[in-house]
Amino acid sequence: MAVTAKEPRLSEVMVLAAAQEIHDEDVVFVGIGLPNLAANLAQRTHAPAIQMVYESGVYGARPSRLPISIGDPCLVTGAVQVLPMIEIFQYFLQQGLIDVGFLGAAQIDRFGNLNTTVIGADYKEPEVRLPGAGGATEIAWLAKRTVVILPQKKQKFPECLDFRTSVGYHEGGSSRDTLGASSGGPARVITDLGVYGFDFKSREIVLEKLHPGVSISEVQSEVGWPIKIKESLGITEHPNKEVLEILRNELDPQGHYLG
Amino acid sequence: MSRKLSSMQAAIDQYVSNGDLLVAEGFTHLIPFAAGHEIIRQHKRDLVLCRLTPDLIFDQMVAAGVARKLIFGWIGNPGVGSLHGIRRAVERGIPSSIEIEEYSHFGLLSRLQAGAAGLPFQPVRNYYGTDLLRVNSQIQSIICPFTGQEVYAVPALRPDVAIIHAQRSDTEGNTQVWGLTGVQKEAAFAARKVIVIVEELVDETVIRSDPNRTLIPGLIVNAIVHEPFGAHPSYAQGFYDRDNEFYLEWDRRSRTVDGMNAYLDEWVYGIPDRATYKKKCGEKMLARLRPVPSPSSSVNYGSYR
Repeated sequence: MAVTAKEPRLSEVMVLAAAQEIHDEDVVFVGIGLPNLAANLAQRTHAPAIQMVYESGVYGARPSRLPISIGDPCLVTGAVQVLPMIEIFQYFLQQGLIDVGFLGAAQIDRFGNLNTTVIGADYKEPEVRLPGAGGATEIAWLAKRTVVILPQKKQKFPECLDFRTSVGYHEGGSSRDTLGASSGGPARVITDLGVYGFDFKSREIVLEKLHPGVSISEVQSEVGWPIKIKESLGITEHPNKEVLEILRNELDPQGHYLG
Repeated sequence: MSRKLSSMQAAIDQYVSNGDLLVAEGFTHLIPFAAGHEIIRQHKRDLVLCRLTPDLIFDQMVAAGVARKLIFGWIGNPGVGSLHGIRRAVERGIPSSIEIEEYSHFGLLSRLQAGAAGLPFQPVRNYYGTDLLRVNSQIQSIICPFTGQEVYAVPALRPDVAIIHAQRSDTEGNTQVWGLTGVQKEAAFAARKVIVIVEELVDETVIRSDPNRTLIPGLIVNAIVHEPFGAHPSYAQGFYDRDNEFYLEWDRRSRTVDGMNAYLDEWVYGIPDRATYKKKCGEKMLARLRPVPSPSSSVNYGSYR
């Protein structure tokens, strides 16, 4: 696909925002889809020395194609190390070697806690049975920081989660630390409307940037509580020509994830 | 002829019993589909099925009614979406309701590791503040006797039988795997009986030429089934790629009970064994899935006299 579109797609804005959360030399716990694109984009631009870790057991992946799943064979060929899965969780994650982990969710609350288990009040008879925890519970607790990516809909930003699968800042303030965390927690939340951070003291989610063309009222109508807004509200950066070329020509030429 | 070498039919008949706790591992890689299909064909019942990610194989087994309970970490069709068979069972009790016991990946991995290591439990640091503690009483808070730190304990899991697909073994079941090794080693050591299915049977000298590659020793293997292509539509590193068309097709056809049953009739009940399945897939498909060779450079173990 040639780079012709003047306006970047929303997905491309989101991937760039996610890539910017990765620092050079970070050890990154990568997921499939947008996080994978973000990590590969970061590696090709501002963060060439990152190491990509997949919970399937791969350290230092160099995928030669777009992986279909976190267990894709292309993640193994050319990687630095392949380990039993238990060792990825024990020696990398629990030991504290993971700098940043990416998470998705069906629901997020104002303190960055996540639900990927059930929709509906009754766990035993759920309205919708979701996939469950996978590695998210431990990534949310043990990575030095996390970045959450999810589409923004009112029912996905409820006042109260139907199920707390993964803990962010728990009940806000210092409650995460009181539970026993030494550090960590969500650094950013990226949706299709904007980019969020967390207030340093209350640990409540705060709108920091709007994607180009999005209004505050659009955001508010898709959040289940009065959303806090940063005083110096910014606009999410547009991907430039170089970024679009990498995304469209190298990383996702079929438009599998970018649309 | 090794006494362990077996047909798939005989291995499942002999080593899988109704009501067993059965673990069938392989994380995306080397999923033992041929074994799962044979379990369906033999109408096994009331199995407790355990996998980190149930995947299509357990979705098909649940849809066919072989299971009464699932133990898992993540139920989805990886890279595609939902597992409709399991969702129908959990949300609406079709074909029958199913009990579930869920962990995170780390929790379930740790249960199998404790089972493999002969320990009563394994400590993990991950469940703080989660609702998983509320719905699964197998995850318990304990205090470290040395530091006073609160950690969580998950109990050892000792499956009745483990089913593992691998690239190669010798006729004693000394089994080598490369690529993702998932939790296969822990599952095999934890289980009371082990069935190994391989793409290739090789001479013992091949195994002994590269002992670091051996994941499971024949010591703990009860039956070896030589069943090339037995992990399709998942993949076998270096042999064939994941056949994503099958994952997408299952997603489409399993959305209705009729569609799902028609799929099982076509690809499971209507097929006696994996050789016939392979023939039905056809040469063209096999060629499409074959990767370009990319051998490792070999190492020198040295010869010491």
